[in-house]
Formats: sequence, structure tokens, C-alpha cells
Amino acid sequence: MNGPSVADMLVVDDLRVAFPNREGGMTEAVRGVSFRLGRERLGIVGESGSGKSQTGRAILGLTAPEGRVTANRMEFDGIDLLHSSARQRRALRGGRIAMVLQDPKFSLNPVMSIGDQIVETLDAHARVSRREARDRALETLRQVQIDNPERVFDLYPHEVSGGMGQRAMIAMMLIADPDLLIADEPTSALDVTVQLQLLAILDRLVTDRGMGLVFISHDLRLVSTFCDRILVMYAGKVVEELSAGGLQDAQHPYTRGLVNCLPRLGEHRHPLPTLDRRPEWAL
Amino acid sequence: MSAVNAPSPGGWREWLMSDRPQSRRQAALGRAYGGWRTFSRNRLAMLGLAIVIALLLVALFANQLAPYSPYIGDLRTTRLLPPSAAHWFGTDDQGRDILSRIIHGSRITLFVVVLVAILAAPIGLVVGTVAGYSGGLIDAALMRITDIFLAFPRLILALAFVAALGPGIENAVIAIAITSWPPYARIARAETLTIRQADYIAAVQLMGASPWRIVLRHIMPLCVSSVIVRVTLDMAGIILTAAGLGFLGLGAQPPTPEWGAMIANGRLYVLDQWWVAAAPGAAIFLVSLAFNLLGDGLRDALDPKGVK
Amino acid sequence: MTIAEQTRGGGRRSARLLRGADTVGRFLLVIFLTYLGLLAVTFFIGRVIPIDPVLAVVGDRAPEHVIQRVREEMGLNKPLWEQFFIYCRKVLQGDFGTSVLTSNPVMQDIRRAFPATIELATLGTIMGAGLGVPLGVWAAVRRGGVADQLVRVMGLIGYSVPIFWLGLMGLLVFYARLGWVGGPGRIDVAYEYSLTPVTGFMLLDTAIAGEWEAFGNAFSHLILPASLLGYFSLAYISRMTRSFMLNELNQEYVIAARAKGLTETRIIWRHALRNAMVPLVTVIALSYAGLLEGSVLTETVFAWPGLGLYITNSLQNADMNAVLGGTIVVGSIFIGLNLLSDILYRLLDPRTKTR
Ligand SMILES: Nc1ncnc2c1ncn2[C@@H]1O[C@H](COP(=O)(O)OP(=O)(O)OP(=O)(O)O)[C@@H](O)[C@H]1O
Ligand SMILES: [Mg+2]
Repeated sequence: MNGPSVADMLVVDDLRVAFPNREGGMTEAVRGVSFRLGRERLGIVGESGSGKSQTGRAILGLTAPEGRVTANRMEFDGIDLLHSSARQRRALRGGRIAMVLQDPKFSLNPVMSIGDQIVETLDAHARVSRREARDRALETLRQVQIDNPERVFDLYPHEVSGGMGQRAMIAMMLIADPDLLIADEPTSALDVTVQLQLLAILDRLVTDRGMGLVFISHDLRLVSTFCDRILVMYAGKVVEELSAGGLQDAQHPYTRGLVNCLPRLGEHRHPLPTLDRRPEWAL
Repeated sequence: MSAVNAPSPGGWREWLMSDRPQSRRQAALGRAYGGWRTFSRNRLAMLGLAIVIALLLVALFANQLAPYSPYIGDLRTTRLLPPSAAHWFGTDDQGRDILSRIIHGSRITLFVVVLVAILAAPIGLVVGTVAGYSGGLIDAALMRITDIFLAFPRLILALAFVAALGPGIENAVIAIAITSWPPYARIARAETLTIRQADYIAAVQLMGASPWRIVLRHIMPLCVSSVIVRVTLDMAGIILTAAGLGFLGLGAQPPTPEWGAMIANGRLYVLDQWWVAAAPGAAIFLVSLAFNLLGDGLRDALDPKGVK
Repeated sequence: MTIAEQTRGGGRRSARLLRGADTVGRFLLVIFLTYLGLLAVTFFIGRVIPIDPVLAVVGDRAPEHVIQRVREEMGLNKPLWEQFFIYCRKVLQGDFGTSVLTSNPVMQDIRRAFPATIELATLGTIMGAGLGVPLGVWAAVRRGGVADQLVRVMGLIGYSVPIFWLGLMGLLVFYARLGWVGGPGRIDVAYEYSLTPVTGFMLLDTAIAGEWEAFGNAFSHLILPASLLGYFSLAYISRMTRSFMLNELNQEYVIAARAKGLTETRIIWRHALRNAMVPLVTVIALSYAGLLEGSVLTETVFAWPGLGLYITNSLQNADMNAVLGGTIVVGSIFIGLNLLSDILYRLLDPRTKTR
């Protein structure tokens, strides 16, 4: 599905996100990220702090107020995100572009029931009756593999497990049928079976509905089996772009290091390989 | 100090800001210097400090600064005069110069503040550190008592104490001190709980130091700075409470030029001779404000995490 | 309450009295202990500190036979613990003894003075919370903006100015010079005797009687002291609201709410403030308590015939029964407010409930 550029839903060119530092200057957390995305699954991998989440947030316009976002181009479906008003961007968020945040424990409002939080997304983007909103929320909960949605609907975040919270978060972001979903480590708190079920749902959304998916993870193996393309980030930069299954062709020493660290069946390892990091890669 | 680590002239700053202090003293001084740099960048805090220093000087040189006697006025010629070149803040019903009374009153304000701090802070320190270090039942009991005290109406309790002890500045100080130690105990306990875990406390324990010695020599000194910040923040409250007691006639007794009592006296004339009550109130306001600014600055300098 | 602790004000008195009480039994035990503490302290003040408690009650001009009688009435010849027991029983029955000053039972005096104080403190808190919460929210949302500066300055003044002095200056300016408001007292003497107290609240009583002229007069007397209390409450509440809101606005769920495409208005008021309300309830309760306590000073300035003035007058006449009665009543209200704020806290925060 590597269509021509006209079909590109999201175009990001030289995205930079900088934050003020202690010395009074700015430190870049994202340093020139460029990619295009069609109706496909794009994976972003990289170690902690490499700027994956900040890239996703910048696309939605959720960068902290003290941060500064610059880019040559940042377009969604022909809409110039860099120059659109706060109001336009808000209308896109949650409705057409959604983002599953990384940590469900802190991303859910502790004093609001899970059902209300899911319904709220729908209310913000569509005119629906209370009844209908509730029905759709229940349906979405069912869709993310929650068995008894009626019960979960009325629960508060502290009353559900981490995995359940993560699925509720995903339901919250899927309920308004977004065209593009940025999922920031959406399956990290789930056990393997639920994880696979959830990936299957996301997969169906991409193939059936033509949703675009940016899948952020630091699990290289998961991303390489699930995604069409993979961006490898290191210190705020994309150091390598790989196609699915092209893991063995990785050129960049950092990616190769990562690949070498993946355990394989029937192989004895002694000593365990460690990841090499060179300051010059961050240049 | 030995010649070995004595810095060259002009090298003081580098010496103070060194990343690798050679001695504990250098480290401590360096930390203090860093705190001072944060503090001195805060203009309002510096203003507060300046006013507090001015208050100290005024109290110290009250006899020299006051143009008239604070106690004796001329009832025939200088009664209730409005502010003028001769009497900047006017005169009161006894014909006394209000400026002179305010200048002398600064001594009473300082006396109250210092005495309350000296009485209340150690009580809080002892209760808090002992509770935190002992843990268990002692901790539970002491903190329950502290919480109960915290839940009481402090001003009214202080009033009741003074009513029983009899009016007077010393009794007012005792009453305020009795009602103001609980927050210090809370802070000292919180600090103690973190310090207690430290390895060097375990080391002293192994060396066989008695619990009292550990609390007194090793824990209390470390709690002092946060308690001091809190006391500074409370100073304004102490001044206001003392003035309130004075205003109700329970603090300093006439003819002492206590600011709260002066307002009470001025209250009788406020509709026509407003200056009698206005000036001492402004003095209380200024000094409280200064302590508040100073306390805020100290807190920000010593605790960078603090809410700003 | 850690933020409250760091930001001054909340630290002045924190309602943690009941935080550790997780079962109804412990809850009641804490209340019981606190009340016992209150009784012990007042007993100590009234019976132990004075060299001769009898003199403290009847005054030193009383004739010898009165002193003897009171000594026996007070049970001073009994052991201390028995005296304390008797004292507790009497207080719990609402018997605080007789006031030397008014020669009424103290409880009766307090009951008469109480509505005036409640009227003032309630109005002050309504003003303080009604303005302080929105102002604090605004200050947190636009940091460094007008509201932020306002909250800062008002807080500094509120923590530094003597309330009784500000009241006096207010009377001078708005009553004596400008004539905008009524003077001291709750209502002009002309209306006072034509009015039958029903609720004890002037505004309600005049309204019930349909005396609108008197209502207006009562209002003009009330507005200045109420605004004064409102200011102090506003300074405290807005400052605390600001700091709680800053904390909430930094939380990850706020970003999630933005990611959903909610409006800022909804994020601020429905998400962040709803969370900030949890600790704010305690702050508002404490502010109410503070105003009740401060009534001894404000009521003195405004000759407002409430509990505070009653306590002050009794203090100046060394009328210990009345002073201690007033102290116990105010202390009980404090305990009650602690209880109330804790219940509200539990209602507002689903995390305290376990299903
Ligand atoms: N508000 C901020 N101010 C300053 N620096 C920030 C801010 N937010 C993020 N950063 C920095 O941006 C960098 C990238 O963070 P980001 O959250 O994108 O990492 P990540 O790749 O998602 O890591 P993880 O796998 O741990 O989620 C980090 O070094 C972080 O310190
Ligand atoms: Mg991340």
C-alpha cells in the first residue's frame, strides 16, 4: 500500500520540537523528523527519551506550551497543520486524528467514570442523543475486548486494572471513528492474548476502514511483525526507515544493534549482547 | 582556616561555587552562597529583608531616632494634632507624638516575634523529631495531639489562655507560643522520617549512640532549616495575632506603645482624628508584609521544588 | 494536602484530622479524642491555670458567702479528675455556667448572639468562594496575567494587614466620609425594637416581616463587615485555587482531554477544576472556620452583637464561664467543619470509596 504521494494522509517534513533548558536556551527533543503516511501501519521505535511521544504530540498540537514546534511542512489530508487555527486543530483532534496516550494510569481523569469519559469524545464531535452515545460507547468497549461493558462503563479509573484502563483509553479515542490514529505504546500493559486481539482490531480498522495508524513502541519485534514500515528513532532523529520484514537489511549500526539484541530460538548467547551507543549518531 | 584551601583574593566566587568542595565547610558555605544568589535575585524578597533590617535598626536606636518621648505628651497644647512638620504622624489623645510611639513600639513587636519563635520552634522540633524517630505508639500519640491542636481555633484559644493568665505582653507571648508549635512539629516529623532512613544514621546507631543523642545531635540540626523557613513565614501571623490581642486589651497594657493597643486607642477617635489609628496599623501592615516577602523568598531559595 | 502545605495558608491549619480514619469506628474515635482534647484544654485554662478559679468566675469584688457557695458549686474540693468528669458532663449537657456579666446562663447568651456571627461569616465565605474560585482558576490558566497578579497582591495584603485595622479604615472611608454604608451595629436603633426576631438573621427577619425599609437598612450595615470578611476569604481561596489548578493542569489526563478535542473551557471547568475541588472543599471549610474565629476582632470593630463580641466583652470583664463557653462552641464548630469537609472530600473523590 505504498501509494503515490497524492494519497498521503499525513506529511511531516523536518519536524522539530524544542524545550527551554536550564541554561536559558532551547534543547531539541525532536530534531528533524520527516515521513509520509498513507492508509497504512507505520511503526516508530526507539529507546526511552528518543522523542517518539513528542513527535506524536506535535502532530496533534499537544506540545506543552513552553515547547516550540517548527517544521517545513506538516499536513493532514491537505490541511496545513502548522498554520491552522487552534479551533481548526481542536476540531480535528479526537474526531479525525486521535492519539492513545502512553500511560493509562495518569491519562484517565480520576474523578470521572470511564463511560462518561468515552461518551465525551463523541459529544465533542457529533450530535448524538444520550442513549445513542451510550450505546456506541458500550459497543466500542466491546470492540476493544471488554467483556462486560455495562459494568466497566460505570467504573472509575482507579477501579480497573492497567490493561483495562488502556483498552478504555483506546475506546475513548476510537469512538469518533478517526481517520488517523496515533497509538503511543497502546499494548504495553496488556497480556499477550489481549495484545494480539487488540492488534487484530487495529489491523482491521486499517484494512477495512482505511484508517492510518502510527504505532509507537519500543518493542522492535512486535512492530516489525505488525507494521508496514518502521521508523527507527535515536536521540530525536529518524536514523533509519525499514520496510516490513526488512529487519535484516538494516544499515544503521544502532538498528543493527537493536536487531542483534533480539533473542532467537535455538541460539546460545554468552555473553549477552549489549547495545552500543555512539555520540556521533546523535549528530 | 589553613593556607591550603584558602582561596586567592577574587577567587572567592569560584571557591564557593566549586563542584568539588574540599571540606564540609566549603560545601556548606557554597550551598549557602547558592541559596543567597537565588534569594538576592528575588527583588521583593530583598525588599522584605531591607524592611526587616530597618525594623531592627529602628528598634536598636529607638532612643536616638524618636523625636519625642513615647510616654509623655502635653495635654494642653499637643492633644490630637493632625500630622504636621512637627509631628509627622500627628499626636494622640494624651498629646503624645505618634511617630515616637511607633518607633518605640518596634521593640515590642520584635520582642514578641523573637520570643514566640524561641518558645514555639523548639517545642515543635522536639515533638516532631521524637515522634518521627521513635515511630510506633509514641509517634501516633504525639501526632494525634498535634492534629488536635491544629484543629482548634488558635486565636480564640490564645485569647482564653490570656484571659486565664491575665493580660500582659509576656502572657500574650506564652499564649501565642502554646498555640503555634503544631505546624513545626509536623514539618520536623516529615523531615525526620526521610533522614531516619539515611545510611549515616544507621552508622551512628551501630556505633552505639543513644536515641536521644541521635535525635539531638544528628537529626534535629538537619530539621532546623525547614522549621526556620516556616517560622519566618509565620512571623506575620504572629505579629498580627499579637496586635489583635493588644487591640482587644489583652496584650501590652497602657501606656506601652504597642501597635495593636495604639489602634484600640485610636478607635475612639477614628471618625474625626483618623491618624491616631491609621499610623500604627500601617506600621503593622508594613512589617508583616516584609516578613511575608522574606519568608516567601527564603522558601523559594531553599526549596527549588516549592510551588512558585 | 501537600501543595496546601507548601503554599502558605493551607499550612496554617490543615484539616488532616480525619484523613487516617478509614473505618467508621476510627472516625468516631478521632472525633471523640479531639472533643476530649478540647474539653481538657478548656478545663485546664479555666480550672488549673487561675490561682483561684472562683475569683476568676465571680470576680474579686464578690462577697465572701458568694465565693463559698460558688466554690462548692464548682466542686473545687473534689479531686481534679472528678472535677474534670463533672465538667465534661455539664458541658455535654450544654451547661457552661452563668455569665457574671449578663447573669444569664452562658448557653442562652451564646444562642442569642450566634446567628449574627453565622450571618456574617456565611456571607463572607459565599463572597470569598464565589469570587475566589473563578479568580484562582483564571490566574492558573493565564499565568503571569492580570488575574495572576491580582491573586498574588491580594494574597500578600490579606496575609499582612490587621483585619481590625482594615475594618476601622473601612468605617472611616465608607461610613463616615462617603456615607455609602450603615455604621456599626446590625441595624439602626429606630428599627431595632419594631422587629420580632424569628430566625435571628436580620436579613431574613426583616424580609419575613415585609419591612423592606428595615431590610435595606440591615443590608447597609451588613455589607461592609461582610465584604471585609469576604476579602480575606477571597485572598485565601483564590490563592489556593490557583495552586491546586496549576497542579491539575499539569496532569496527563488534561492532555488526554485535549487529545479528545474538548474545548479548553470544558477541560478547565469540568476536568481540572472538578479534580481541584477535592482539596478545595477543605480550604473553603477552613476559610469559614477562620472567619468565625476572626469574628472576635471584626465584631469588636463593627459593634456587631455576635459570638465574637460576646467573647471579647467577657474577656475584658474576666468572665471566665462565658469565655470558655464561647471557646468550646467555636471549637466544636471547628471540629464539625473538619468532619463536614472530610465527608465532602470522600463524596467528591471516588478513590476514597471502595466497592
Ligand atoms: N515539557 C518538556 N520540557 C522539557 N523537555 C521535555 C518536555 N517534554 C519532553 N521533554 C523531553 O523530550 C524528550 C523526548 O521525550 P519523549 O516523551 O518523546 O520520549 P519517548 O521516546 O516517548 O520515550 P518513552 O519510550 O520513555 O515514552 C525527552 O528527553 C524529554 O526529556
Ligand atoms: Mg513516550
